Amino acid sequence: MKEYSGYYLMLLPIILWYIIFRYGPMYGIVIAFQDFYPLKGISGSEWVGFKHFKTMFTGLYFLPVLRNTILISFYKLIFGFPAPIILALIFNEIRHKHFKKISQTISYLPHFLSWVIVSGLVIEMLSPSRGLVNYFIQLLGFDPIFFVADPKYFRSVLVGSGIWQGIGWGSIIYLAAISNIDPQLYEAAAIDGATRIQRIRFITLPSLAPVVTIMLIFACGKLIDDNFSQVYNLLNLKVMSVGDVISTYTYEQGLVQMQYSYSTAVGLFKNIVSFSMVFGANAIAKRVSEYGIW
Amino acid sequence: MKVKKTIDDYIVDIFCYTFLIILCITIIIPFLQIITISLSPIKYVNSFGLKLFPKEIVFDGYINIFKNNQLWIGYKNTIFVTVVGTFFNVLITCIGAYALSKKDLPGRNYLTAFIVFTMYFGGGTIPTYLMMRQLHLVDNMAVYILPGIISSYNMIITRNFFMSLPNSLEESARVDGAGLLRIFFVIILPLSKPIIATISLWYGVAHWNEWRASLIYVPDSEKHLLQYVLRQILFEGTLKEESLVEDVREVIVNTETMKNAALLIATIPILCVYPFVQKYFVKGVMVGSLKG
Repeated sequence: MKEYSGYYLMLLPIILWYIIFRYGPMYGIVIAFQDFYPLKGISGSEWVGFKHFKTMFTGLYFLPVLRNTILISFYKLIFGFPAPIILALIFNEIRHKHFKKISQTISYLPHFLSWVIVSGLVIEMLSPSRGLVNYFIQLLGFDPIFFVADPKYFRSVLVGSGIWQGIGWGSIIYLAAISNIDPQLYEAAAIDGATRIQRIRFITLPSLAPVVTIMLIFACGKLIDDNFSQVYNLLNLKVMSVGDVISTYTYEQGLVQMQYSYSTAVGLFKNIVSFSMVFGANAIAKRVSEYGIW
Repeated sequence: MKVKKTIDDYIVDIFCYTFLIILCITIIIPFLQIITISLSPIKYVNSFGLKLFPKEIVFDGYINIFKNNQLWIGYKNTIFVTVVGTFFNVLITCIGAYALSKKDLPGRNYLTAFIVFTMYFGGGTIPTYLMMRQLHLVDNMAVYILPGIISSYNMIITRNFFMSLPNSLEESARVDGAGLLRIFFVIILPLSKPIIATISLWYGVAHWNEWRASLIYVPDSEKHLLQYVLRQILFEGTLKEESLVEDVREVIVNTETMKNAALLIATIPILCVYPFVQKYFVKGVMVGSLKG
């Protein structure tokens, strides 16, 4: 045991940090079952059981917010998940080295900008009076569209800007997987007369299956996890009905309206759903394809 | 292996090149446009048409924004938090990862599970806020550094990197009488430059882009971070402007050149270092993904 004491000593502050900053807030979850008053603290506040969860499901606002969250995440999964895979396949087909390098470098860039900046760019580009997109729409003879403030388009703006920001960075992991494919497979296929599309279809894609499965599990786990930074920076009063999601709602209810207990209940609900989804998706993936995270 | 191009080849090539060129254009154009707007006189900003390059250069937007004290306070705070925060992030992450990389450490699997669990489950916004208040971190600069000192994900990939180092190096050092700290600082860390570069950059960018902590924990504007200040400059009145009548517009559009100048000033540091550090980021994703 003595030979390990040094390592435990190194870990001690780290374990303490986890207990205080990661597990400490988990203890605070109990206020979801209380009528919490800050002055009385957790020990002095009254227990009310599932009252806040009942309010949540019978109230006017939570269900639309849940619906927005699920719809936006679902669209992001359908359109956003395949996008980096397609981009990686495209990069892999480019033979011109410099072009490949430059376009890769450019495509990763948006990932390094904060959502404050990205939202600023999105609003500027889509602006009805100055934006480039509306300039082209008007050239084609249509009326300008105020995308960011129109409930019809707001979700598309979220999905589109999400793809724009993440597509390049997301492709790296698939490119890494592609680079591990044995080049002899391609040569043999080419000799047998396989066309390029056939080689992509029968060699590259099947080789990507394990990575795709794992990334899909992560993506499923995040289905209810909206991106606060993105939504909060693009959200405005005109699109609340379609754009208010769980994280922006808990922020508003909890820290602006000071409904501590109610907001914690909403957060707990979200956390449990996403936690079970990661595990559920992992179990299904293991059964179906023998690939899983753990 | 030189094979004659078939129609199939041409279709794939045309599709791929077109796709990439369009993607790159959508990324470059927004920057060209904000540069142009930030440098243009009001009349040009307000006119209808394609504005990729400035016709006439004026610095009004920049002069106005340089007078904005809050922006410089944000800059100063962000630089401080990025430098100090990243240093402690990397140090503590490496210490933890090193201890966890010892395969025969009793209880190692439980410890790893204890850490990984927090990647999938947490307290949520309000309990975390209450915790920070209890620790007197609300309205305190330390809230930008302390609660985020470890990213579990970064610690796990660093641990995996340490596990891939040859064990014999450490053993021979131990035989020579080196203690644990000496082994860690003199042998392990110098060998770990790739992973240290990677996580430094990840932590650094996270600090640079942070704004939510200012929104939630810090009412005092003297302690706000750059991105949060930028948010306030950008989004106050974004919507009102579009519905305003023409004569009020002049004033508003003038703030528009200011907004774009602010947007650029906050982005320029990232644009400057980005080409140099980009390859480390990419390497890091590979390290994390292939061994994770």
